[in-house]
Amino acid sequence: MSATIFRFLDRVGLEAFAPVVKLIQGEDVALQMRRIAVNFGAPLLTFLLFLGAWSFASSHIMTKYGHLPSPGDVVTQAGVLWEAHVEGVRAEKAFYEAQETKIAELTAAAKIFSERGQADKAARMEELAREAKQAKFSASPSYVTQILTSLKTVFAGFIVASLIAIPIGVLCGTSPVVQAGLNPLIQIFKPVSPLAWLPIVMICVGALYTTRPEEAWFEKSFLSSALTVALCSLWPTLANTALGVASIEKDHLNVARVLKLDTWTRVRKIIIPSALPMIFAGLRISLGVGWMVLIAAEMLAQNPGLGKFVWDMFQNGSSQTLAQIMVAVFTIGIIGMGLDRIMIILQRSVSYASVSR
Amino acid sequence: MRGYVELFNLGKTYDTPKGPQVIVEKFDLNIEKGEFIALLGHSGCGKSTVLTMLAGLNSISQGGIVVAGREIQGPGPDRGVVFQAPCLLPWMTAYDNVALGVDRVFPHASKAERRATVEYFMELVGLSSSMHKLPKELSLGMQQRVGLARAFAVQPKMLLLDEPFGMLDSLTRMELQEVLADILQKDGKTALMVTHDVDEALFLADRVVMMTNGPRAKVGKIIHVPFERPRERARVLAHESYYDLREQMIEFLEEQEKLKHQAA
Ligand SMILES: Nc1ncnc2c1ncn2[C@@H]1O[C@H](COP(=O)(O)OP(=O)(O)O)[C@@H](O)[C@H]1O
Ligand SMILES: [Mg+2]
Repeated sequence: MSATIFRFLDRVGLEAFAPVVKLIQGEDVALQMRRIAVNFGAPLLTFLLFLGAWSFASSHIMTKYGHLPSPGDVVTQAGVLWEAHVEGVRAEKAFYEAQETKIAELTAAAKIFSERGQADKAARMEELAREAKQAKFSASPSYVTQILTSLKTVFAGFIVASLIAIPIGVLCGTSPVVQAGLNPLIQIFKPVSPLAWLPIVMICVGALYTTRPEEAWFEKSFLSSALTVALCSLWPTLANTALGVASIEKDHLNVARVLKLDTWTRVRKIIIPSALPMIFAGLRISLGVGWMVLIAAEMLAQNPGLGKFVWDMFQNGSSQTLAQIMVAVFTIGIIGMGLDRIMIILQRSVSYASVSR
Repeated sequence: MRGYVELFNLGKTYDTPKGPQVIVEKFDLNIEKGEFIALLGHSGCGKSTVLTMLAGLNSISQGGIVVAGREIQGPGPDRGVVFQAPCLLPWMTAYDNVALGVDRVFPHASKAERRATVEYFMELVGLSSSMHKLPKELSLGMQQRVGLARAFAVQPKMLLLDEPFGMLDSLTRMELQEVLADILQKDGKTALMVTHDVDEALFLADRVVMMTNGPRAKVGKIIHVPFERPRERARVLAHESYYDLREQMIEFLEEQEKLKHQAA
């Protein structure tokens, strides 16, 4: 039972809680207390020191908008942003409720007119109802909406990157010819900053995006952000996949050789499972890179998302908006950490499954 | 005389930083169908080299190898291989490790037939109860049993075993020698096994082939093992010629050891 708990904690990367469990089980209390002090006391202490230093700085640094926001200001602004979101949701709901009512009234009127035989008036009412139906609630997106947009974009870019990087990585890892052929390109493109990719992506998306907006699956801004994320985040996965595939144990490949497995079976049953821990290590780095790139891309391109929020707040320039930028910084950091956690859990679960002996 | 398996004028030259090294040269051996050959020799003389060439995993520098009337080209499921390390795929259960080969070699058999084949060989090596465990949940001896099942289950023309029990403790080793002798008795497979254990060779083999020391190692001496089958360990050990044969083998190995020191 307790072994299961420890294995679970280990897999989800929460080893720090192991002493707590042991303490509850009454195992060597003094030792566990000491471990808890290290695992939780130390982080708490640094956090308090950080808050102290920040408070000190905020009361001493004057910006052109007033004092640098203090931790308290940031918490207040987080509340303000949240309330604005709740208010926005309420307003949107009210808008659509009103719209429903209006459409219902117009349709009812149309029915009455047509019963009276006034077809032209009925048609007019129906047209008005159709127009009403098309009206969309418009308000500047709330903070929470921006977060959701950024998350959607980063996952889209990350998935595109993975779909490109893993197959190419497998090809590179299995064939020295492909590896030699692609290596120079990879070396050149890997270090390119997202800020350099962005204009190219935007121009290409602009040129190729010929669908009429109402028929399109994706918005232009979404596409250019997601593709920039994909272009920047595919390299770690590609490199790791290639390395993982190239370093498969010779014994395991010999199994495939002796059985003369066809390429597809070999890839599916031997190469991918064996490289999986490395692939996931790469995916983890990729998602982290993607998240950082996305914020930069959104700022630069003014594409909706957290990056745009930061930029807009910067343009607004007031003490309050500065505090809101800090809220965004914490949000970005915490989401980034959360994404990393998820990847750690996935990475560990595949490593445990495939580790031998 | 032509054998079921023929190694003629076989040679291997490795390219090393110090230039080409001839490890095996003019190695000639004929193996009959159903015969069990033990290949003995000092460590580093080239036993694994000969075996991997026969398996097709190692390129042939000179001469050639014919199995069942056809010259071999690379590896293939007609020659099952068991190495010293079990080399199971760690992400698959014991059953799946064996099924991988069975599915590949008998693609037209029904699912039930393939399943029955895998289960039959699992039972043969005594692993029916832990078929669905992952390799890491099995002891080394049990893993090597899976290795044997995997090699036999694809029903190869011949088996190649490179010190298959070298990593096991002596008790497990004897157990597995019996498992192997048992399957071979039922299956009548042609086999070549590399070993450096004189008693293991005498217990399992019909002929013991001893190699001279490298470089340029070749067949030095062949000993016929006359014990009737099925063999029982106690009866083998009590056989009148057992110690005589054992003595001959050890003498040859010591002689080779002396030659090595003289050369050095
Ligand atoms: N790939 C290789 N490249 C160069 N030399 C090798 C290679 N494989 C084996 N050798 C050399 O060939 C000799 C025989 O090796 P091996 O066949 O493994 O011996 P054994 O199995 O009899 O112990 C050894 O001296 C070894 O160093
Ligand atoms: Mg060897």
